[in-house]
Amino acid sequence: METQNNQLNYIEDTQGRWGIFAWIFSTDHKRIGILYLISITTFFLLAALMGGLMRLELIAPGETIMDAQTYNGLFTVHGIIMIFLVVIPGLGAVFGNFFLPIMIGARDVAFPRLNLFSWWIYMAGAILAVYSQFAGDGPPDTGWTFYAPYSTESGTNVVAAVFAAFVLGFSSILTGLNFIVTIHRMRAPGMTWFKMPLFPWSLYATAWIQVLATPIVGITLMMIVAERLFQIGFFDPALGGDPILYQHLFWIYSHPAVYIMILPAMGVITEIIPTFAKKSIFGYKAIALSSVAIAAVGYFVWGHHMYTSGMSGTARWFFSFLTFIVAIPSAIKVFNWVATMYKGSIDARTPFLYAATFIFLFMIGGLTGLVLGSLATDVHVHDTSFVVAHFHYIIFGGMGFAFFAAIHYWWPKMFGKMYNERVANIAWLITFVGFNVLYFPLFVIGIQGMPRRYFDYLPEFHAGHLISTIGAFILLSGLFLMIINIYRAKKHVTPAGDNPWGGVTLEWQVPSPPPTLNFDEIPTITKSPYSFEK
Amino acid sequence: MEEHRDDIGSRMGMWIFIFTELLLFGGLFLVYAIYRADYSAEFHTAAHELNAFIGALNTVILLVSSATVAMAITAVQKENKKLALILVAITLLMALFFLVNKYFEWGHKIHLGIYPGSELLTKLERGELLFFGLYYFMTGLHGFHIVVGMILLTVVFFKIKSGAINAGSFVLLENGGLYWHLVDLIWIFLFPLLYLLT
Amino acid sequence: MENHEHEPHENHITSYTTLAKVLIGLLFLTFITVAVTGIHLGPLTVAVALIIACVKGGIVLTWFMHLKFELPVFRYMVLGVFLLFALIIIVTFFDYAFR
Ligand SMILES: [Cu+2]
Repeated sequence: METQNNQLNYIEDTQGRWGIFAWIFSTDHKRIGILYLISITTFFLLAALMGGLMRLELIAPGETIMDAQTYNGLFTVHGIIMIFLVVIPGLGAVFGNFFLPIMIGARDVAFPRLNLFSWWIYMAGAILAVYSQFAGDGPPDTGWTFYAPYSTESGTNVVAAVFAAFVLGFSSILTGLNFIVTIHRMRAPGMTWFKMPLFPWSLYATAWIQVLATPIVGITLMMIVAERLFQIGFFDPALGGDPILYQHLFWIYSHPAVYIMILPAMGVITEIIPTFAKKSIFGYKAIALSSVAIAAVGYFVWGHHMYTSGMSGTARWFFSFLTFIVAIPSAIKVFNWVATMYKGSIDARTPFLYAATFIFLFMIGGLTGLVLGSLATDVHVHDTSFVVAHFHYIIFGGMGFAFFAAIHYWWPKMFGKMYNERVANIAWLITFVGFNVLYFPLFVIGIQGMPRRYFDYLPEFHAGHLISTIGAFILLSGLFLMIINIYRAKKHVTPAGDNPWGGVTLEWQVPSPPPTLNFDEIPTITKSPYSFEK
Repeated sequence: MEEHRDDIGSRMGMWIFIFTELLLFGGLFLVYAIYRADYSAEFHTAAHELNAFIGALNTVILLVSSATVAMAITAVQKENKKLALILVAITLLMALFFLVNKYFEWGHKIHLGIYPGSELLTKLERGELLFFGLYYFMTGLHGFHIVVGMILLTVVFFKIKSGAINAGSFVLLENGGLYWHLVDLIWIFLFPLLYLLT
Repeated sequence: MENHEHEPHENHITSYTTLAKVLIGLLFLTFITVAVTGIHLGPLTVAVALIIACVKGGIVLTWFMHLKFELPVFRYMVLGVFLLFALIIIVTFFDYAFR
């Protein structure tokens, strides 16, 4: 491959395509990453706005700005968009696409055209998801979980929404497939498995979950469609079916899906901490293997969503036991991050602040998860706003803040420009405060008995809801400040430089923005990825 | 950009795709297992309606077609283009036979009034209803995969003909073959579970 | 390109006779399964049918799907997937078997 004289970076190099076509038809993994970044940010803002509307409805008891049916539609749509369009593809599709090949010393993913195809499928699924909200008999009102019999009997537009989830799952599968083959086949010479950086490791574990769990929900959703169209009776007790079986099938995918969200987030944090502590990662192998352990054990804990469903006692203790087991590899990672920072010379720049916030919020989410994972306490808080707070701490506080960390960490590499760090830090503070003010009260009123998915509530929960709604608006303003600040980075004249943070993984050794083929010459790897000593 | 060729990588990609297909059907096998455990007697009665002979015949058809597509790879490797084309054509023909059989099988049942949502079916025992629901869903999805496999192998056929698939580069044929074997593999399990319950 | 895994014998050719023998074996096993259902083995019937199906599946995987001649990693992956599926069934039955 002759690349010696190729000085164009991937943004300048349109490969002869015009305007937007240079993006939507490009098979360059970096351009595809940017496509995902734009689409995911758009859907994130849309669903965040819906969340804001729901919070506004809950600012006071009684009907405030919408009726119950609208509220049901809104939390369903908020869930579908956030889960299937934002957090599941999230880090893998954006930063995995952009950085996986560079970090392992490859020119692209294994199947570049399939990669582009995944994005197109993603967009098709996204359009279907949005369509399901506006066409037919009203937005689906089942919640994103599509539980039978709601989903088999609801008169709303369930089929389109379910089909959208199916299509999006397909996109997720193809991305996972691509990453597995890329990691197996395209690592640079000398990069053995244990010389591979840890973000790729987390993507590898994630990719297997994507490939092995998604088909189960795919077929389950197809069964829902068949049930609605042909009265087959898979999940309808009147026809002999078992609605609890639906819950099993759904959570066989949807619990591992939580790891599709959180594993790459952990990978991002593992990249950021050593760079800003200026120290090699502590316990490299433990972190790498704990990703795999989380993926493997995490596959068999799905039943902890079903303690109150009427599942057998044996299954209950089994799932509870495994849920506690899976907390171990997660905790291993946390200890390793802390140990990495210990006695390091910490440079608390913006990405580090977000990464540290991740650890803090993830801890709260993880520990409250154990409350939900144990049988007796779960019965008390099941289906209350405690659960809502817990999974927002994990998904938003975890995956979301990892995403913010990643964007602040890698933005100068992706676009060659640095954002205003002072503003970024202010935005960090606002989002951090807003997040906790929004979600922490939900733990409290959840324990007191506030059910989830209700558009109305008893007066005793008013204070909690009011504080929470205020937090929502603090958070939203922080988010807008953050996004505007990042966007304005393009106005900066001075380039960010190839290595603004002093990182040591491969992506910091190529120009910013990287050239189309990433490397003039594929490097040969001889050292561990985090050796700061020269 | 000049794309490098990595046949092992391509096959690995195909295998991973096959895993997703296996688990897609896996979900259905799980549902089957649970309802069969719950309603074993009714599954037995319902399975009497199925024609084990047609099921066995279709098994033989798929096994033979699997062998021919595997032999087509050998033929391409030995640079026997004509034989390779004949073998892929036989595979496609077999696939067609399979679908014709399925058509008559389904048609007969629908004629008897056994189909999802039919009046007769709702009067049957719950377990029998579920059995037929599963029967239609599983064989229907499998039939859909047969059609996809046929499209894939048709493409392969023309690529062999044009010489795009040759002794030096035949990973597409291998992957098409892998997909076809997957279809066979699933049927190997569907056949005893649906037809041989009596 | 940049591979570390040991490359297999890329040009392995499975002979026509091997494939024909495999086919005959598979047809024979099909015949057995059908024949066995005639004998009343009670609850064992399903076990026998499934065991034979697994053997047939194994044969298809090994020869028709060339697993025998692939890198070991392919075999580990396939094994892992079947193990995973078996575990999913077992774990789900922790619920249904003890209701
Ligand atoms: Cu879970």
